[in-house]
Amino acid sequence: MGQRIVIDPVTRIEGHAKISIHLDEAGDVAETRFHVTEFRGFERFCIGRPFWEMPGITARICGICPVSHLLASARAGDGLLAVQIPPAAEKLRRLMNLGQIIQSHALSFFHLSGPDLMLGFDSDPAQRNVFGLIAADPNLARNGIRLRQFGQEVIELLGGRKIHPAWAVPGGVRNGLSQSGRDQIRAKLPEMLTIALDAIGRLKQLTERYQREIATFGVFPSLYLGMVGPGGRWMHYGGKLRVIDHTGKILIDELDPIDYRDVIGEAVEPWSYLKFPYIRALGYPGGMYRVGPLARINVCTTMGATRADTELRELREQAGPVIEGSFYYHHARLIEIIAALERMEMLIEDDDLLSNELRADAGVNRREAVGVSEAPRGTLFHHYKVDDKGLITDVNLIIATGQNNLAINRTVGQIAQSYIRNGQFDQGILNRIEAGVRAYDPCLSCSTHAVGQMAMEVELYDAQGELLDRVSR
Amino acid sequence: MAAKTLTIDGHLVSARPGETLLAAIREAGITVPTLCHLDGLSDVGACRLCLVEIEGQRRLQPACMTMVSEGMVVHTNTPRLQSYRRQIIELLFAERNHVCAVCVASGHCELQRLAGMVGMDHVRYEYLSPNCPVDISHPRFGIDHNRCVLCTRCVRACDEIEGVHTWDVAGRGVNAHVITDLNQPWGASTTCTSCGKCQLACPTGAIFPRGVTVGERPHASERIALIVEARKQRW
Repeated sequence: MGQRIVIDPVTRIEGHAKISIHLDEAGDVAETRFHVTEFRGFERFCIGRPFWEMPGITARICGICPVSHLLASARAGDGLLAVQIPPAAEKLRRLMNLGQIIQSHALSFFHLSGPDLMLGFDSDPAQRNVFGLIAADPNLARNGIRLRQFGQEVIELLGGRKIHPAWAVPGGVRNGLSQSGRDQIRAKLPEMLTIALDAIGRLKQLTERYQREIATFGVFPSLYLGMVGPGGRWMHYGGKLRVIDHTGKILIDELDPIDYRDVIGEAVEPWSYLKFPYIRALGYPGGMYRVGPLARINVCTTMGATRADTELRELREQAGPVIEGSFYYHHARLIEIIAALERMEMLIEDDDLLSNELRADAGVNRREAVGVSEAPRGTLFHHYKVDDKGLITDVNLIIATGQNNLAINRTVGQIAQSYIRNGQFDQGILNRIEAGVRAYDPCLSCSTHAVGQMAMEVELYDAQGELLDRVSR
Repeated sequence: MAAKTLTIDGHLVSARPGETLLAAIREAGITVPTLCHLDGLSDVGACRLCLVEIEGQRRLQPACMTMVSEGMVVHTNTPRLQSYRRQIIELLFAERNHVCAVCVASGHCELQRLAGMVGMDHVRYEYLSPNCPVDISHPRFGIDHNRCVLCTRCVRACDEIEGVHTWDVAGRGVNAHVITDLNQPWGASTTCTSCGKCQLACPTGAIFPRGVTVGERPHASERIALIVEARKQRW
């Protein structure tokens, strides 16, 4: 008789989700699904609001990556005003996004996935959390916390607060950077770079230990979408979009965000509140693509930063020119932290950052605009339509995790198929399935579950759909 | 005329004849919460936050609408008054859609400050969550009815200070709302002089300058009293 296993909720991710695994008569995996079980409604209740308020409202979507929403929204607002924002504002937004990438990636690597990687997938679940990591390797845990703190400080120095700063606005930003703020960032950069380089060294040492995971965590061909700057350089804000296939062939390049709908379609499934975006040219679900750190380091030609490029070259030599396995999201995250710190080193010397010319003023000059930023988890689209006065009439948000939805589902299936045989499974296997999801660092809501205390449940269903077993913790 | 002597919260206080109890309370250095009262405008006694207990009177009286009299014994902060004030603030929050986190007036809002003052940590009433419109048809200002508490300070500032009476109230009970002219979009108003006094008088983020973002609308209601004083003194 077949079975269905449900993991509910999935732990150490941002938000609420569950996984169900259907087993066939022989007890092997027939089908898996990653369900997102929360509904937010932002696209509906923003209708009727003045678009100037949208960065502040949409930043509330997430407590981990509010800056990503803030920037994508402000950029859509720039489009509605039809202005080119002051150069200082553009650079300051870039600086804040670098801080955001650093703090969010540090959270994902050290706090959320660190326990799996450093303590082992089969380690005691009671210890497999950030506190267990602190007990086992206090120095590594402290470094991770410090790195995240640094990213948060950059955000606070600019926006006045670490979480939900209402700082980027249509037309620019509200405050500049003080001289003392600049000195503070500059002084901390060398230590942060040392921490990031040390962390990637530690991760590389684990490659041997996790051969089986590396081979089974989301290893399948897919498309990759991400932002690139001039010359194909790694870019996180203000660039154009590029789509490559699993061979590295560029399918779409120089895509202006306003034209995203020509390229990206959105499908809906009855069993999840998360939509399923796909690349139109390849149809649904064949147009499955991945976004986020792995996609960005795959689509870019170079990182545009010396030490990050060295790491990327090494990873490409090891894993191929297009890095396919989702396990490598962890490597990609650390490479991006290094790149972000190096970019910050360059940017911090720019005197424009201290300018007072920060905000362009205009009325409604366009009725529709799209703002895009590279959130830590991937490309984020904010698409607004307004009436002639500036009240929102239509909102479409495409979130990074949504774009990874098909790939996350497929990854769950791949890990389950690889580890579950004849209906046999244990906590370590279930944790690997969760970890496969965690590799994408999905952000399903504004909830932060950094401590990893959300319960997790796995339900096992037979071929007739009868619930046979349920494991929760 | 002789000064009136009264007792407020156990203190003997002297007040000028014809003075409101609210003015006497404030002169005595005692804080009583108010919302519909604004220095420089006439009083309407609408919000009921300044209700006080007067010995010998069975009903509570709004301090802003009560004149001082000789020998009055007044209590401004009894447990009963504290409980009512908190209920009033909770009802205001429950009636429309006040979302401080994303409001243009957050940090500069009288309703928000009052909620803190009366110790409101949650709202015990069911939110009505009405579908209120936002009107940003005026070239300089906008009104978001979600944030309006119907204090009518805008109505009085427009009528008494600017003298054009663009603002008024339409509807009854829960359907009451402020309107411009004969319920036309603000931008279509032929009487509005775009002076902005309504925006100055507004205690919340209901009336705001166009284009402001979260927490950016300053609070400058005291400028209404300044204008009145300047007119009187012919500065």
